[in-house]
Formats: sequence, C-alpha cells, structure tokens
Amino acid sequence: MSQTGAAPILEAADVRKVYRTGTQEVEALRGISLAITPGEMVMVMGPSGNGKTTMLNCLSGLDDIDGGTVHVDGDDIHEMSDAARTTHRAERMGFIFQSFNLIPVFSAAENTELPLLVTGVKPKEARDRARAMLDRVGLGNRFDHRPTELSGGEQQRVAIARALVSHPAIVWADEPTGNLDSQTAEAVLALLHEVHDEGQTLVIVTHDRGIGATGTRLVEVRDGRITYDGSPHAADLGAR
Amino acid sequence: MFIALRDLRFARGRFALMGAVVALVALLMVLLTGLATGLADDNVSAIADLPATHLAFSAESGVKFNQSTVTADQWQALRSVPGVADAAPVGNSLFNGHVYADHAQADKARTEVLANGKATSADTAGAPAVDLALFGVEPGSFVAPVQTAGERLAAGSDGVVVSDDLARKKGVKVGDVLVLDRVGLELPVVGITRKANFGHVPVVFAPLQVWQKATFGSTRAVATFVAVRADDAFVPATADQAQRLTTVTRTAAFDGSPGYKEETGTLVMIEGFLYVIAGMLVAAFFTVWTIQRTAEIGLLKALGARTGYVVRDAIGQAAIVLVGATALGLGLGLGLGAAMPGNAPFALKPVPVLGAGALLVVMGLLGSAVSIRRIAKIDPLIALTGGNAGAR
Ligand SMILES: Nc1ncnc2c1ncn2[C@@H]1O[C@H](COP(=O)(O)OP(=O)(O)O)[C@@H](O)[C@H]1O
Ligand SMILES: [Mg+2]
Repeated sequence: MSQTGAAPILEAADVRKVYRTGTQEVEALRGISLAITPGEMVMVMGPSGNGKTTMLNCLSGLDDIDGGTVHVDGDDIHEMSDAARTTHRAERMGFIFQSFNLIPVFSAAENTELPLLVTGVKPKEARDRARAMLDRVGLGNRFDHRPTELSGGEQQRVAIARALVSHPAIVWADEPTGNLDSQTAEAVLALLHEVHDEGQTLVIVTHDRGIGATGTRLVEVRDGRITYDGSPHAADLGAR
Repeated sequence: MFIALRDLRFARGRFALMGAVVALVALLMVLLTGLATGLADDNVSAIADLPATHLAFSAESGVKFNQSTVTADQWQALRSVPGVADAAPVGNSLFNGHVYADHAQADKARTEVLANGKATSADTAGAPAVDLALFGVEPGSFVAPVQTAGERLAAGSDGVVVSDDLARKKGVKVGDVLVLDRVGLELPVVGITRKANFGHVPVVFAPLQVWQKATFGSTRAVATFVAVRADDAFVPATADQAQRLTTVTRTAAFDGSPGYKEETGTLVMIEGFLYVIAGMLVAAFFTVWTIQRTAEIGLLKALGARTGYVVRDAIGQAAIVLVGATALGLGLGLGLGAAMPGNAPFALKPVPVLGAGALLVVMGLLGSAVSIRRIAKIDPLIALTGGNAGAR
C-alpha cells in the first residue's frame, strides 16, 4: 500500500477505458483505482494485453478516459483542456518508452532538452540542464552522439535523462528494459533505482518478475482490473 | 532555436530543392516586375512624370490618346473650375524623323521630304532615323519640360527639347536638327530633358503651335488632352458635363496609351499564376514534410508540446526557408537585371521588387499553413508505437 503519512501525488478513482474499433469494443480498463504517493517505485505487472499500457496512458494524461477521475496535485487532469493537459504533462510527467523514441536526427543533448524547449525554457538553460542530466545518467561524454551512434542501453539512458530533465512528479516507464539484453537491462534498472533513491517517484511496467520484485510496491493488472496491490515480496502472485 | 529547424541540417537536400524552386520563382518575379516596370516606363513614363493630377480627354475619345481632341475653349474653361490650380493643353502624336548634325544636310532633307515624301539622302548623310512622340506644350506652362541641358522651349520658336533617351541612344545633341518625315518640318534641338517615353518611343517636346503645324499642317487651337493640376475640391464629373470632357486621374490615363492595358494585363496574369504556383508548391512540400515528421510531432506532443507550439515551430521553419530562398532569388534577379542590355525595356524599382518578394513569402506561408490541420490532428499516442521517432 502507499506509504503512510504523505499525501498522494496522483489519485485515480474507478478509471474506465473502452477502445472502439469499428463495431468492436474492448474494455481495456474496467475500474482502476490507485493512489501514488511521493517516493514510491510502483512496479506494474500482468499478462500481455491486459491493460497495463492503457493504464499508464490514462493515468499520465496521454490518453482520454471513458469513466472515473484522475487527480494530480488535486486537479482533475481529464477535466482540463487538451492544451492545459499537455502543459501539465510537460511539467509534471516524465516518460520512458520501451522503444526509446528518440529523434534519430538529434544528438543526445538535443533529445534530452526537448521537454524543456517545448515548455519555453531558454535554449541555453535547457542545454545546460540536459547536459547535467546526461552526466547524471553516465553519458557525460556522449552529448553530441546521435541515437544511431549509441548502444541500446545508452539510448535508453538518454531517454531516462529526457524523462528526468524537467524534474517531473512522476516518471512513467512502459517496459523500459523490454528491448534490452539482460545485462544492459540490469544496468538500466540499477540507474532507475539510483534515481528512485534520490527521491524520484516512478511507475514502471515490466513483465520480468525479478524486476517486479525490486519496487517498493507491486500492482498487478489483469483483464483491466487491479488484482493485487501491495508488497512486492509477500504477495502470492500465483503462477505466471 | 526552432526544433523543426534542426531538421534542415538532415533534410538539406529536400529543403535545398524546395528553396531552389522558391528562389527561381523569386528570380522570375524580379525579371517580370523589371519587365513590367520597364514596359510601363517605355510606354507611359512621359505621362507618369507629368506634374498633373488629372488628364481631361474629349468626351467621345473613350480616353484614348490617339482619338482625343480638345479645344482652347475647353482648357480655358477648366482653369476656372473649383479645385483646379492649373490646366494646360498637351498635344501628342507619333512621328518618324531623322536627326542631322549638319544644317545644310537638314535643309536638303527637308526639300527631299517636301518633294518625294522621304529624306532620300538621310542614310548617306549618316543621319540616324528616330521614332518619336511629339508632345506639344505651351512654353512656360506647368507641363513644359525642365531641361537638363541647353535651353527651354520658347514661344514663337521651332526649337524642341528631346528626351535624354535620344541623346544616349542616338547621339542627339543640342544644336542638331530634327527633320520630321512626311511633313518636312525642321526642328532645331535646343535642349535635353530627362528620359520621357510614350508608346515605346522617346518624347520630343515642342511648343504647342509647332505640334499643331506638324499634326494638322496649320495652327488650329486644339490639343490632344488637358493636363490638370487639382486638389480634392475638384469634381471631375461636373466639369466633364459642362465641357464635354472625360477626366481621369493621371494613372488611370495610362490605359489610354496604345497597348498599355494589354501589356500590363498579360504580365499581371503571369505574375498571379506564379504566386499561386509558388503557394501550391510550398503547400505540397510542407504537407509531405509534415507526414514525414508525424512520429516526431507525436513525440513532441507526448513530451508536452502544445499544438500551437508545434505549429509555430513548423511555420517558423517554413518562414526561414522562404525568406532565405526569396532573398537569394531576389539577389540573383537584381544581378541579372543589372546585366540586362541597356535598350531592353527593363527597369528595377525597389518597391515592386520588394513587394513581389514579400508577396511570395506570404504565399509560401499560406501554403505551409495547410499543414496546420494535419499537425493539430497528430495524436501523441503514436509516439508509443514503433521505434525511434520518425526514422528517415
Ligand atoms: N489503440 C487501441 N485500439 C484498440 N484496442 C486497443 C488499443 N490499445 C490497446 N488495445 C486493447 O486494449 C487491451 C489492453 O491493451 P494494453 O493496455 O496495450 O495491454 P498491455 O500493455 O497490458 O499489454 C488489449 O486487448 C488491446 O488489444
Ligand atoms: Mg503494453
């Protein structure tokens, strides 16, 4: 459960999401309620196709919802205008994607500073902060390298630097190690733990049980519902 | 710095191609405006430079220079119309002639013209043939030419003041004698005035009575039109009714010069097409470009870029490419214009050239604006599918 005492950053209540494609309807989320408090490292697990990514998108404000509410710092993000939600996302949320999603023609520093530039931070300041963050993730000597000139692990470090550069309240990572070999994955996970130790709140989707057990909290999503929410160790997670 | 601008580094080839086309259009624009200005100058600069606000033609002339005749009664009556500061008659007809440095040769030529209608010895005498527009004005009136060399027109004299063009291109100088073909009038050149053209030929200013003699064989108290200098109190319609005139503004009178309307109309149409083509070209380019950038734009939105930001960024990029390419094209056009042979009807003036450049940039921006809707529709979620944003 959430750490006692601190007020939650994010509170989701009965969130529902239905995908409509033609005549077909998929109930991807069937009532998700979740509160995230500062300093947590929430691991989200569950079988493929059960709504983990959808939950991340809906809770972080990347996607619209069909029911329920998501409050961040007390504000209902789905009540905001598109533009306001976009800015809110820029200021409060950081994203790490499974496939890195770096802009291939931009250098590491240029990719890292994007979240700052799009919210109007001065170019000089953005570049300084991007470099400091790349330094922080161990890429101090890779500022001017483009993604194609970096290994998968290094690309994901750039993506982590990009997610952290705006000092977001929550960093959302959807299978951040899914495209990496196990050794590189471990190094990236170690970096995420360091970041967490420095106080960053993170929500990480993974289907690696080993990784899932390293968070402060484990959430299991099955068939669009949360079927477990608690200690990563004590749980009877069943056969998976 | 615009984020989209960084793409320029990596899509140099594509942007260079589009930039080159825009630059070429800009270059064509310079040549076309140069041609338009040059042709207009060549055709009506003598009218454009008249110190008059209005021109009054005879009512039945259809405001055509070659069909209008006004009488002394009419121009005298105009002088007392409210708002009119001054009104002066101008006669205008086209002639051919030869220019002689030697007065004895000129006398001989005159005899030949009167005997057989043409100056048979002109070629052997080395006298250049000239096509000219004879403008008859009252010496001392406000439309009389200001000489840059020699003397001014004088009443009771046959002395003429010629356009600088004749001096430069035909070597005509003060002291030469112009003999008009057919009528055999001998007109001594007493002065040179700044370049004045009408109907694509240089203007020769003569005292009104000399023009009358040349045109009608006798001095009849008529002219082609009345040049009017008036202020806002002048109501042309009232004067027109009373005097059976058709009064138009000086610039509106340009259309009355033979061929002027057709020439400018054609050029304006070509320019119009070019602007539209340039706009469509840029629109097509930025539509394709936006499609190629879809993943990148989706990612920017996911990272918190508002649609307005992405649009400004994209339009800014377009503006930089357009301004750069247009400036390049204008520069090349000006260079090419400077290298034009002197006798080509070509003149570059800053206002039309800069105006064409600005309009081209505006058309390009309008073209690039068609991608705004596309940008607005891009969903940030597409950033989450696929690999690195916008592999290209
Ligand atoms: N854009 C979409 N359109 C339609 N259905 C979707 C879309 N995204 C996900 N789904 C469906 O929603 C369900 C949950 O998907 P997802 O959240 O991606 O699962 P997970 O991340 O747990 O693998 C799946 O049945 C999936 O097919
Ligand atoms: Mg998923």
